[in-house]
Amino acid sequence: MKAKHQRLILAALAVVGVAGAGVLGASALRDEAAYFRTPAEVKGGAAVTGEAMRLGGMVQAGSIKRLPDGVTIRFVATDGKADLPVEFTGIVPDLFAEESGMVADGRMRADGVFVADRILAKHDERYMPPQMGDMPEGAGKAAPKA
Amino acid sequence: MIAELGLAMLWIAAALACLSLIAGALFLRSGKAELAAVIRPAAVAMGALTSLSFLFLIWLFVRSDMSVELVARNSNSLKPMIFKIAGTWGNHEGSMLLWLAILCLSGALVAIFEKRLREDTLIATLTAQAALSLGFFAFLLFSSNPFNRLPVAPPDGQGLNPLLQDIGLAFHPPTLYVGYVGLSVAFSFAVGALITREVGPAFARAMRPWVLGSWIFLTLGITAGSYWAYYELGWGGWWFWDPVENVSLVPWLAGAALLHSVSVTATRNALRAWTVMLAVIGFSMSMVGTFIVRSGLLTSVHSFAVDPQRGAFLLVLMAIYIGGALTLFALRAGAVAEGKKFALMSREGSLVINNLLLTTILALVLLGTLYPIVAEAMGEKISVGPPYYNRVAGPIALVLCVVMVMGPLLNWRRDDGKKLWGRLPLGILAGAVILFGLVLFGGSVGILPLLGMTVAAFVAVLSLAPLWGRNLRRTPLPTWGMVVAHFGVAICLAGMGAETAFIKEKLVAASPGDVVKVGQYRVEFAGVSPVAGPNYTALKARLVAVTPSGERYVMYPESRMFPGLMGTSPTETNEAALLTRPGGQLYAVLGVPVPSADGAPDRYQLRLWWKPLVWWIWLGGGLIALGGFLSLVGRAQFLTVWRARRARKAEERFA
Repeated sequence: MKAKHQRLILAALAVVGVAGAGVLGASALRDEAAYFRTPAEVKGGAAVTGEAMRLGGMVQAGSIKRLPDGVTIRFVATDGKADLPVEFTGIVPDLFAEESGMVADGRMRADGVFVADRILAKHDERYMPPQMGDMPEGAGKAAPKA
Repeated sequence: MIAELGLAMLWIAAALACLSLIAGALFLRSGKAELAAVIRPAAVAMGALTSLSFLFLIWLFVRSDMSVELVARNSNSLKPMIFKIAGTWGNHEGSMLLWLAILCLSGALVAIFEKRLREDTLIATLTAQAALSLGFFAFLLFSSNPFNRLPVAPPDGQGLNPLLQDIGLAFHPPTLYVGYVGLSVAFSFAVGALITREVGPAFARAMRPWVLGSWIFLTLGITAGSYWAYYELGWGGWWFWDPVENVSLVPWLAGAALLHSVSVTATRNALRAWTVMLAVIGFSMSMVGTFIVRSGLLTSVHSFAVDPQRGAFLLVLMAIYIGGALTLFALRAGAVAEGKKFALMSREGSLVINNLLLTTILALVLLGTLYPIVAEAMGEKISVGPPYYNRVAGPIALVLCVVMVMGPLLNWRRDDGKKLWGRLPLGILAGAVILFGLVLFGGSVGILPLLGMTVAAFVAVLSLAPLWGRNLRRTPLPTWGMVVAHFGVAICLAGMGAETAFIKEKLVAASPGDVVKVGQYRVEFAGVSPVAGPNYTALKARLVAVTPSGERYVMYPESRMFPGLMGTSPTETNEAALLTRPGGQLYAVLGVPVPSADGAPDRYQLRLWWKPLVWWIWLGGGLIALGGFLSLVGRAQFLTVWRARRARKAEERFA
């Protein structure tokens, strides 16, 4: 009888735990997951100003500009269909360059500039963020080898 | 010739795996002993052949044999020797061969050393291990052959990604792989014991060193990887919740749960279902990790070549193994379920709660990691980042730590809680002191780091409680191991909390002669000079850091430029400079030069961090691994034998 009780309590604890974890996970995912968008989707009105999101695109040739403070850069992210200005304060990652792929975490500002908190660049010659696989030829020269 | 020999060895080993699988299956069906005779030697031979094959691949890299496609794509004759060797596993094919070599080597070690287990269970285990390796042989030979020759050898190779040209590459992947693949043995033991219905203490004792060993390697691998990312990426972070970090954390969590539950099964013959289940989950998670890293499914700094065919192959393999093991588990549930009983208020009870919490964290981390893939299949592109993980894993991990130090203060089977209630107040006191201190003097500290440091103090004090009132010289080594590991968790947690709460950051464009203040440190920028490395050129900055007490230290952060080799584009990397002090680390990164418009001297981007107690994080990781090592050594067979012999001799002398 006692042992049965114990096991019931343990089972109940496990069920409560699993249910609680499920609720916790689901609500956290709803609040914290960030949408991945391309410049064309942003231009199409998909992004809400101030909402955390992730932007993927190519850095347009000749678009990287440095602001007078020396640590803020501006560049244009493109997916071949639309262009979006991006602003980033910080040291860009090692592999960040014009005409190659990048992914930025950040949010849209009211003036239509994407403010990045963090920039990720492609990791090596053969690597590109998979989300960018469906971009048209010629958007950048660093297209993945098949 | 070497490449062909290496490939031939792989084929022979694959054939042996096939043979073992058939012979093992027939033996388990018919019980004919002569069928089983082939299995041990075959396992040893497979271990030897795959290891040799891997050594041959290293040899090809050392000789810079550019007629081999893999070498030409990933190496260069000008590269320093250590990176030529490490470059062997800095790519998809080489790392899969390393994975397979470790898998077969583990099987060989089981075949040679395991003497305690019933013979038929051992044969079933080795058969399961052969079945695992057969799948990965097929994967390697059919879709990722490392020994492919090029029709025409290029004059030189394309070189290794500069980010990987670091001493970290020599140690981090092999360490993690040993950890991942060591769990395969636990998986095979579980399958073997399920087949012969021998889930009990003997099986748990055979499995325990493998679980402990791989968990130590996983701990070291994750700790080393975290430190590597910290100084090599130049972002100043020690954990990014990157998918690949997550998939190394998930087997670690499973391993941590498993090593506790396997101890319960070994000493008390309880929690048998948990042990088998966790053993299956552990290696399954290792495979999921490999699958995610190798398939390029997720955006990550670890993805090598993206190849959907490989991904599909691995997915099928995984489905077969995991599905097979779970089916077997379901069929044999009756033989497993009934273990020894215990009260909720007991050491077993606390371990069950901890295992539940560990698996909950595991599930939530896995959910966050896989959710983007599921969402993408439904047409939405989503990324899940640190805010999610901190919110779900943080609070549960803190509860876990609290329960973790309470378990050892309870007796097996049933406990009145006397010891626990006696010692708990001191831990609560330590936590309360830290909590009030931080609230009163700490300024605005986030809730999670605040609780983290509070729990760290609580855990630090109570993790030592099992030693109170004991003769320290007579305390068995595994107990020491537990204490050290739990104490390491407290150190790690304190480091994470302090770093997050009190980090100071400065980002400036500075001219030579400028002084930057970060935290209590003054950093003077003395200037930059060009330097030439073995296969790169660099800009080297000279920084003079002045500590609050007036001591001066020189730091040299570098910005390196690697030329493009054989048609690849050039790359830049930032080499951070670190100054380690008792109170934390000063971290400096040199960015790009900023040309000035009106003839003024050029400025340079400088990013500086003061990170209080940050090195405690890795110290804690090291202590956790050390704790694991102590328990492993304390339970080692040869030591027990040696002790028994010494005791017998002593008795004889007195007799």
